[in-house]
Order: sequence, then structure tokens, then C-alpha cells
Amino acid sequence: MKYIDEYRKKDLILSVAEKLKAISKKEIVLMEVCGGHTMAIQRFGLPSLLPSNIRLISGPGCPVCVSSQHFIDMAMAYSKIPGVIITTYGDLIRVPGSTTSLEKERANGSDIRIVYSVLESLEIAKNNPDKNIVFLGIGFETTAPLTAAAILEAKKNKLTNFFVLSAHKVMPPVMKALVAEGVKIDGFIAPGHVTAITGTSIYDELASVCGLGVVVAGFEPVDMMQAVLMLTTQIEAGKPKVEIQYQRVVHTDGNKIAQKMLGEVFELRDDQWRGLGMIAKSGLKIRGEFSSFDAEEKFQVEVPESTEPKGCICGQILRGLKTPVDCGLFGKKCTPADPVGACMVSGEGTCATYYKYRS
Amino acid sequence: MKHNENKIMLGHGSGGRMMHDLISGLFLKHFSNSILQQQTDSAILNIGTSEIAFTTDSFVIDPLFFPGGNIGKLAVCGTMNDLAVSGAEPLYISVSFILEEGFPLNELEVIVESLAAEAKKAGVLIVTGDTKVVNKGKCDKVFINTAGIGRMRPENNQICKAIGIEPGDVIIVNGTIGDHGMAVMNARESFNFKTSVESDCASLNHLIGEVLEKNAVKFMRDPTRGGVATVLNELAEKIHLGIEIDESALPINNGVKAMCELLGFDPLHIANEGKVLIVAKENDAKSILETLINNELGLQSAIIGRVVNEHPGKVVLKNETGGRRIVDSLAGEQLPRIC
Repeated sequence: MKYIDEYRKKDLILSVAEKLKAISKKEIVLMEVCGGHTMAIQRFGLPSLLPSNIRLISGPGCPVCVSSQHFIDMAMAYSKIPGVIITTYGDLIRVPGSTTSLEKERANGSDIRIVYSVLESLEIAKNNPDKNIVFLGIGFETTAPLTAAAILEAKKNKLTNFFVLSAHKVMPPVMKALVAEGVKIDGFIAPGHVTAITGTSIYDELASVCGLGVVVAGFEPVDMMQAVLMLTTQIEAGKPKVEIQYQRVVHTDGNKIAQKMLGEVFELRDDQWRGLGMIAKSGLKIRGEFSSFDAEEKFQVEVPESTEPKGCICGQILRGLKTPVDCGLFGKKCTPADPVGACMVSGEGTCATYYKYRS
Repeated sequence: MKHNENKIMLGHGSGGRMMHDLISGLFLKHFSNSILQQQTDSAILNIGTSEIAFTTDSFVIDPLFFPGGNIGKLAVCGTMNDLAVSGAEPLYISVSFILEEGFPLNELEVIVESLAAEAKKAGVLIVTGDTKVVNKGKCDKVFINTAGIGRMRPENNQICKAIGIEPGDVIIVNGTIGDHGMAVMNARESFNFKTSVESDCASLNHLIGEVLEKNAVKFMRDPTRGGVATVLNELAEKIHLGIEIDESALPINNGVKAMCELLGFDPLHIANEGKVLIVAKENDAKSILETLINNELGLQSAIIGRVVNEHPGKVVLKNETGGRRIVDSLAGEQLPRIC
């Protein structure tokens, strides 16, 4: 299949691995920020192809995993309001909140529908004028522009029953927060699809101020291996910079139209990340001009203070400090069928990935 | 029954681990008897001097019509295949309808015609049935239940028990996997993927009959809901041996591959309705493949893996780049990923 097969060629992957072995001397730690990267690394068995002095750690780039328990509890509270239809991306549906999950609330009679695109929510809103549709907006710069587009479309069509509960987040602050916190990282494998929207300037400070290598990578094994090679080359030469490996998709300037929509509809706010706490200017709030589409403005819900599940070390895993095998619950009390923490729910969560590929 | 404290959830019907837990934790607990305990695709019954296979299946598919078939055709194929993989020769089936008030008669006729045509093709008679109509909104358009009876081939009456499987035995599939699930999903959801993916829904009794006539087969099962992964996991657990699948050997249509890549699905978890997994001695594989490939329902047959001593009870997939991963049963509902 075009755009897939050529990036999974074994001889190509092995030849990159050979080059890597030849140049790699320092002990280095690279963080792949995106959950899609974590999955690709494990799926294609890449750690076994890397020299032993290069270590990959997973970062906080799985949207479901970093959504706070408070957000899940809010979603649950909305689902119980009479006349509300919740629309959501599928992988949020099994995330355990403090006491229940959307999946269980659906079995209890709440109207909760899985959508593949936020735009489907607009259709549902048009077809159900007597109901209020609340879309659970999660994800980074990849999905947030779609939510922005949906809000703009809703405004254009004068929809009065479409709302967004935004937990959208942006990437750069959390990457900087990890570095500031002292997590040992020599370079970032930066998320390909986030950067396709934002462009590469968001990483400039990481390279120029923090002295870290940043390579924007695609999601196939050849992409990932090449990104590791590029980062290793930079680090060995002591010349960290921002580079794009994923050139078939990512341009330096990003997607200007999507950026404009994002800026028009959302503004930055301090936001809560699961396991990481409050990070300044890391979340996206719907701007005042669009407050009639903001679920938080429309409906007031009381949500008790939420607590992280006991024994769950998602937070440390999301910071790259621990791996799932360090967790006492992993594979025992916490499995994909019966997840305790969010990292086990999403297919791209670090724990779910380790569980699946732990052979 | 730890997955849900007190309510049935969609995942309980997904064919994966949740359903497995529901069956063993509730149904088997109350219904238990020596025949049901076998948990085979069909019950094998001794009545007088004859041995028969008996099975039942309900069909609640949405949409009713999909590329490659409709609920009527499916209702015959599903039951045929459950009988056939048990080593039986299907003879008679029953058909029961639960119809929603207001359902158009002309659409019902199309479904009934398909049912009749597929039964004729499979060589079985529809000999009894039932009809119920419920108030609008009390069921979704049309639900169908079929039950089937077949004559056991005496030489194959152990086939559903998975006895005598050894390391080195091979696993064969009669063609591409995941077609049915993805065709139905594409017809149901709003992706509007322009793809030629069609359901593989087909009655396999003639194909399986040919295979059994000429070859020694140790075990067979149709990988429907829960897909190939779930069948192989159940098998690995049962025989206390490992199963290794070779990713490059898996026959998968490009359309299915592309949809799975986009949605984050694993083709090994996607439902099939015209596929059979066959376990046999390596020495017998060539002849089985020849038989399969000479039938239009087996053109893309392939050996996809083998039974191994390592990792007992687990299914492991080897990919071309040297990666290995555990292939679990589907945990609950198949959920698309966010981005």
C-alpha cells in the first residue's frame, strides 16, 4: 500500500540501524512525545534495533491519557442532564472517572454517541433540535482545529444546541515543563501531526535555550529510525537543532488556515494534566465571542473533587520517569479489559502499548 | 463478572473477553451440563444411533443491507459455518423473525429471497420458523434467529474438541481477513471511504466438506466476532501451547488494511463471515491448501502461523522488522482511535 509499504521496508530499516550503530557513542535518552510514536516503536520492535546506549522514553502525548479525571467527571455529570446528548471520540468512552465511566453511564441510559469527527456532532444537533449536544473536545493541535471549525460552522448555521466541553491542550508548554522539572532528556522525537498544524517554530526555544535536539517524525518504522539517526547525529556533534524528518507531511510554517481557526476560537489558559498537575498556558479555552458554544458557560455542574486511583503511577509514566512495568497494578489489576488508569485505556497509551507488545 | 457491576454493556456482545466472561460467569453457571461444557461451535448430540450437530445464532446487524450481503444471507451463512466447522454436514435450518412495526414489506421480501437463495446454495432446507412483530422502537427493524441441524461425519466427530494439536502444526485460513467487519462498518458509519471492501459472507459447508473428504484436519473454527485473534487465543488457552502468527503471511485486502490503519483497528480483531481457521499437521498443509485454492471460496488461502512450545496460552505476532507483539483477544467494543 502506497505511503505505508515503502516506509516499512526491512532492508531500509536495517541499513538505518547500521548507520546508527556506526555513529552512536554517547549515552542518550530520547523522548517520543506522541502516543502514536510510542505505538509504532513497540509495534515494530524498534528498541531491539537500537544500540544499547540509546534509550527511548514515552512522553505525555496521548490525549486520552492526559485528560484530567476532573474532566471525565464533568463529562459524566453532563451526560446525566436530561435532554443532553454527549458526542465523543471512541477511546474516551472507557476511561474510568472517579466513580463511573461513559460506557457505564450509556448502559444506565445516558445518550452517549461515538463520533469519528466533531462535524458529525453538528449533524446530530441539526437532527435533534429539542436536545442539547455536548461534544467532548480532547486532543492537541491535531484535533483542536477541527473543533474550532465545528464551532465556526455552528455559528454560521446559527445552531443553538451545539456545545463543546473543551479539554483541548497544546504541546509546547508540557514539553518545556518536563525539561524544567529536570527529567533527563537529550532530545525529542516531536509529534508529526501536531507539527503539521503548528509548524516547527514552537520548538525553537527547546533547541536554542534548553540545548535539546528536536526532530519531527512520521509514524512508520523507517521514519522513526531516521528520526533517531538525525537526533543522534545532532547530539554526537553537540549541535542541537530543530529538524523535520516527516517532510512529506510537515512544513516549517505548518498549516496557516488551521492556525488561524485555532486562534480565532480558542485562547490559552492554565490547564490540569493527569498526573502532571497544572501547567500554565497549556489548555485551550473557548473565547468569549464564542461562549454560546461553551458547555461550561451553558450548564453548571457540580463535580466533587476527584482523586487519582490508588497505586496508579500514570503521572510518573507520562513524565517518562517510570515505565509501566514499574507499576504494581500493571497487567494484574490494570488491564485493557479492566483499566485503572487512563494510560491503559487508550490504544496509544503507554501502558496499553506495553501490555500489547510485552512479549 | 468483574467488568461491570450490574449492567449489560455493548462490550458483552463483542465476541471478546467480556463476552467470554459473561458466558462462563453467568450462562454456564446456570445451564451447565456435559454437552454445553464443551463450548463448541455446535453441540454434538447422540440420538439413537446417529450423531448430530445442533447450533443456533441470532442476527442483529445494522445496516441490514451491506456490500456483499444482507441480514438474510448472513443468517444462513452463520449457522451453516458453525455446523460445518464442527465437522458436520448441514441438513436443516429454522428461521425466526422479530420484526419492528412499520418495517417495509418489500425490504423484508429482499431479505427473505436472499435467505432462500443462500439456503439453496448451501444445500439445506428451511423446515420451521417463527414470526413475532413488536411495537415500533422495541427492536431495530429486523432481528433473525436461525438454528441448524447437521449429520456428523463419524471420522470428524473430534474436530471441534481441539484434541491432538502439537507444536509444529500449522494454522491455515481460506482467504483475506477482516472484510466483513470493515464492509459493515463502512456502510454503517459516516466515513464515506471510497472502497471496494465487501463482506466475505459465504456458506463454507461445501468447501469444508471437500477439505475433510481428502485431508486430516485437527481443528477448525470460523473467526466471526472478535476475529482471528479471539479464536486463536481461545485455542492457545485450551491446548496450553503457544501460537505464533507471521504478519507478512496474513492475507488482508488493501482496503481493509487502509481502513484499519486510519481507524487504529487490528485486522486480527475484525469479524469475518466466510472464513475458517484450520489447524493441521505441517505435512498435510500442502494438500489442504490445494483443495482450498481450487475452490472459489479459498483462492487466497494461506498458512498464517503455527503452534509452538513457547509462550503457552498466548498468541504472538511476528512482523517483518523483527518486532513481536502479543495478540490479545478483543477486550470489549472495538473503539476507533482519536487521532
